[in-house]
Amino acid sequence: MAHFEKANSINEWLDQRIGINTIKRVMQTEYWIPKNINFLWAMGMVLAATFGLLLVSGIFLLMYYQPNTELAFDSVNYTIMTEVGYGWLWRHIHGVGASVVFLVIYIHMFTGIYYGSYKRGRELIWISGMLLFVLFSAEAFSGYMLPWGQMSYWAGMVITNLFSGGSLHADGLVEWIRGDYVPGQAFLGRFFMLHVLLMPLAIIGAIVFHFGTLRIPHVNNQDGEEIDFEESARLWKEGKRAESKVIPFSPVFLSKDVFVMGVYFILFFYLVFYHFEFAMDPVNFDPADGLKTPTHIYPEWYFLWSYEILRPFPTDPGLVAFGIAQVIFFLLPFLDRSPNVAPASRRGLFNFWFWALLIDMIVLTFMGKLPPEGIWSTIGLVAAITFFVLWIALPIITKLEKKL
Amino acid sequence: MSNRRDFMGMALGGFTALGGIGALYAMKRTWDPLPSVKAAGFTTIDLKDAQENVLVTEKWRGKPIFILKQSKEMVEKAKKSDELKRLIKIGDEYYMVAVGLCTHLGCIPGYDSGKQSFLCACHGGQYDSTAMVTKAPPPRGLDIPPFRIDGTKIVLGEEGPEYKKMLADGITMKV
Repeated sequence: MAHFEKANSINEWLDQRIGINTIKRVMQTEYWIPKNINFLWAMGMVLAATFGLLLVSGIFLLMYYQPNTELAFDSVNYTIMTEVGYGWLWRHIHGVGASVVFLVIYIHMFTGIYYGSYKRGRELIWISGMLLFVLFSAEAFSGYMLPWGQMSYWAGMVITNLFSGGSLHADGLVEWIRGDYVPGQAFLGRFFMLHVLLMPLAIIGAIVFHFGTLRIPHVNNQDGEEIDFEESARLWKEGKRAESKVIPFSPVFLSKDVFVMGVYFILFFYLVFYHFEFAMDPVNFDPADGLKTPTHIYPEWYFLWSYEILRPFPTDPGLVAFGIAQVIFFLLPFLDRSPNVAPASRRGLFNFWFWALLIDMIVLTFMGKLPPEGIWSTIGLVAAITFFVLWIALPIITKLEKKL
Repeated sequence: MSNRRDFMGMALGGFTALGGIGALYAMKRTWDPLPSVKAAGFTTIDLKDAQENVLVTEKWRGKPIFILKQSKEMVEKAKKSDELKRLIKIGDEYYMVAVGLCTHLGCIPGYDSGKQSFLCACHGGQYDSTAMVTKAPPPRGLDIPPFRIDGTKIVLGEEGPEYKKMLADGITMKV
């Protein structure tokens, strides 16, 4: 039996038993964040908060949703939307949240790319972040199946068809994934399970890992400056806060985060209450029908860029291109051959590369939504090829980059 | 001592691996299509009542199936364009039987009995009355489902000798 003294406060009682003061120190009061940052550094906590909103709204939707092909559509569009008190609120938070979370993920990613926050010890932060992107994509896709509307059904059909591997005709694999020849009850049941349990569990695990990867290399700063965290921490603790280059994560940095979150949530709830329709495709308000295809089948906006990489090529090269586009971002820390950790604006050709990639992905996104006809097909093809040219060029231009 | 630990380690590792493989197999089997789903994968259609140049749409494995009884004139046309091999002959009658999903991106084409051709509204693909593609973008004619002839009926989902011959001749691909 270990020796315990009588505790004089709840905090002391907890500290004796689970070392709560150590936990607070390691994760909050002595987890140091550089001062030289801007609002873009708040995106991580904005994402965590949005995930929290998705989780809470999802819990309430789960109580009335029916994972049954006969009942699913009505349980969402009739029961939850018209009968359940404030059911519409949870649905609109969930729908808007699922869309907006990707916008913030993209901002978060491109901030990392711009400031070089993926190399020199920060590789795992980037890789775990990309893992989260993939998991969020799977979560979004599986959730999109659940209302069992026309877009749910046909997106499910088209995306699972990708696993036939084009000319490989691995139809057995596709049928195995669906549990049926076409999306049906087995398909809805398993995607329901993935959406409400397996994917969220994996996401929570990956978020913990993502935070863990930050602790030793610390977050980057606006100049990519290498900071002596021990020296700066000493200054802060001695009370020389002006001289110190860092602040504690909590409560100092968190209070900045909370301000940015406040602004973000004004926008977020404006969308939830007044413009939720942007996250609700009208086609999905028709119940699933396997004998009637919608005229245009397109994914939600956040998948459009990779869909447009699939589309302009013939089936097999298209699938290969799509596959590469899904994983190429994982390799960013290794394809960038320059040792410089600095904002793109100080990195010569890399600056051009960064903006070219961003613009190219925006172009791909727009083209993915437009029907593949005439000039749009051509622009889509050029943008898809540009995407690959940029990634091939990356190791070369970063190798040539002058050391700062 | 060390040997004893090695043995314990290997025994534990071995049984864990065995259990792991067993669990993975069980998980794979759980995701397999259910026997009832497999059993529902066969559809029998009686072609006796079909009328010339009137498109019948049936459902097989959740997919639309087009059935078009050919008129004399259509058969002549098919003979000329060497597409007779795409048709199913029962008695003296010829039938076009195909999966009604455009081979381009899977939309459902519509039939115009006046022009005796199919038009896919999505991207303008066209097929003739034997469901052979006549205008791109579709890469090939509509796929023919596996069938077995049983008197005046056809059983979709079973592979009869006529279907196997079509597959061997490259007239259709497996669906």
